[in-house]
Amino acid sequence: MDSFIVISLIKEVVVFGVLLTTLAYLQWVERKVIAHIQVRPGPYRVGPHGLLQPVADIIKLLTKEDLVPPYVNKPLYLLAPFLAMTMALLSISVIPFGPQIQVAGYQTYMQLTDLNIGVLFVLAVSSMGVYGIALAGWSSNNKYALLGGLRSSAQMISYELPMSLAIAAPLLISNTLSLRGLVEKQAGGIWNWNVLHGPFPQIVSFIIFLIAAFAETNRIPFDLPEAENELVAGFHTEYSSMKFASFFMSEYANMITVSCMATLLFLGGWVAPWPAEYGSSYVPAAIFLLAGLVALYHGFHPARRRDGYTLPVFGVLFLIAAAVFLLPMVQSWLIPLFWFCAKTGGILFGFMWIRGTLPRFRYDQLMGFTWKFLFPVAMLNLLVTGFLVALRS
Amino acid sequence: MDVILFLVFAIIAVVCAINVVVQTHPISSAVSLVGVMASLAVLYLLLGAEFLAAAQVIVYAGAIMVLFVFVIMLLNAGAEAKKGRSFTAQLLGLPLLVAFLGLMAYFVQRLFPQSTMVHFGGFRGGGAAEIGHALFTTFLLPFEVTSILILVAILGAIVLARKEMD
Repeated sequence: MDSFIVISLIKEVVVFGVLLTTLAYLQWVERKVIAHIQVRPGPYRVGPHGLLQPVADIIKLLTKEDLVPPYVNKPLYLLAPFLAMTMALLSISVIPFGPQIQVAGYQTYMQLTDLNIGVLFVLAVSSMGVYGIALAGWSSNNKYALLGGLRSSAQMISYELPMSLAIAAPLLISNTLSLRGLVEKQAGGIWNWNVLHGPFPQIVSFIIFLIAAFAETNRIPFDLPEAENELVAGFHTEYSSMKFASFFMSEYANMITVSCMATLLFLGGWVAPWPAEYGSSYVPAAIFLLAGLVALYHGFHPARRRDGYTLPVFGVLFLIAAAVFLLPMVQSWLIPLFWFCAKTGGILFGFMWIRGTLPRFRYDQLMGFTWKFLFPVAMLNLLVTGFLVALRS
Repeated sequence: MDVILFLVFAIIAVVCAINVVVQTHPISSAVSLVGVMASLAVLYLLLGAEFLAAAQVIVYAGAIMVLFVFVIMLLNAGAEAKKGRSFTAQLLGLPLLVAFLGLMAYFVQRLFPQSTMVHFGGFRGGGAAEIGHALFTTFLLPFEVTSILILVAILGAIVLARKEMD
């Protein structure tokens, strides 16, 4: 019992440490990705390649004046960022990152806790996240903030329906609500993942889930709640300092959560695309080796004097990582973790890519799209899936 | 541990429920009602009815109350004005409250004798599979009738809204 508490505490510290660091650096990655899409270098001044930019941002946000306007509804104004942040971080506690591992004689799962209603828990927590935004918009006592909050609530209520229906279809195939159980049902290889697995491949519901996820996290092209050319900054117009930062962080935490959910529900979680006996365990090492060699080549290239020492350092780090992936004692947990992070990271990159390329929807298009197109398609997909699953059993 | 958690969340539920009535602004009342729903969900969870707990949060706290908050925000309802209580309310309020609570306590005592104690987590069959099975076999008729009732309500709402638009 005592060792259980100690292990849980250690896991919590590790998971939340990693999560918060990822949140800070995700924003750096996003700025870099969008910058490269728009053919400019992005953050470059603070640290090598702007790598210390998140630290500078955090210091800036922490030391800014924390302003509470006199006309706000104070209890709700203070509650809203807290609510948004808590609900965003809470759902990570049921996400599994890898299989059972053994550390110093203890068997433990790479997951904080496995609920047998894990999927429902994530849905419940994410549906509670609306309050943070809606209350922030209302309590600010500002017309722009109110409009942002209203748009956000309407959007989240509307897109929650197709999202839930899209989640229900792979659950019918896997026949479990536990997130760990879902991954175990998809073990084996890419043909067992729900996105391709019979009786009815869930490609349609995967795409619907991703579209709804964009809307739920208020990302472009669905970022109507904070459309800056109409609403100043939307629901967080009146927030400053760390209160603003907590809305910002909760948006990124929600992005990570929906990407993890998409990975677990449709892409097989930490399962490699093909079995280890056909050499899938050498893929991470090969990728890091390639990345290291490319970084070294560019680092020593005479045309890139600015990167004369950062790129070789990163090249060596990548080569070390490649060597670590070949060590037999860490392979059992590092390789599943790699696949999980690779899939989640791929979806997160998709989020950034779309932000860099697509314009914003008009409001009536946004609502018409979900009620007249997304919802019927998700319903049809669920019906067909249910029919085929019933036929099979 | 279970008893402590039960007491904490039961107290939160009761305090939030009182707050719903006491608050003058509809938004504050609605948020307190969300607190009641959420702490009720925790109580279900403590009893071992995990599916019911999740459904409580998703349906009541996450969907219905969001809609309430949305409508209040959309109508921009202001805080209600406090008026002095009438003479009858001042005279009869407290005795009636005591009488009502006494009546409730009497009926609870009559309906649930002491022999059926509730054990924390003692309830089996609160999982999604059991609930689904029960809904589609034993309680199929009530389940379908309820869904038709809700459909009728939606159609009624559309008809009412239509009339106003013309």
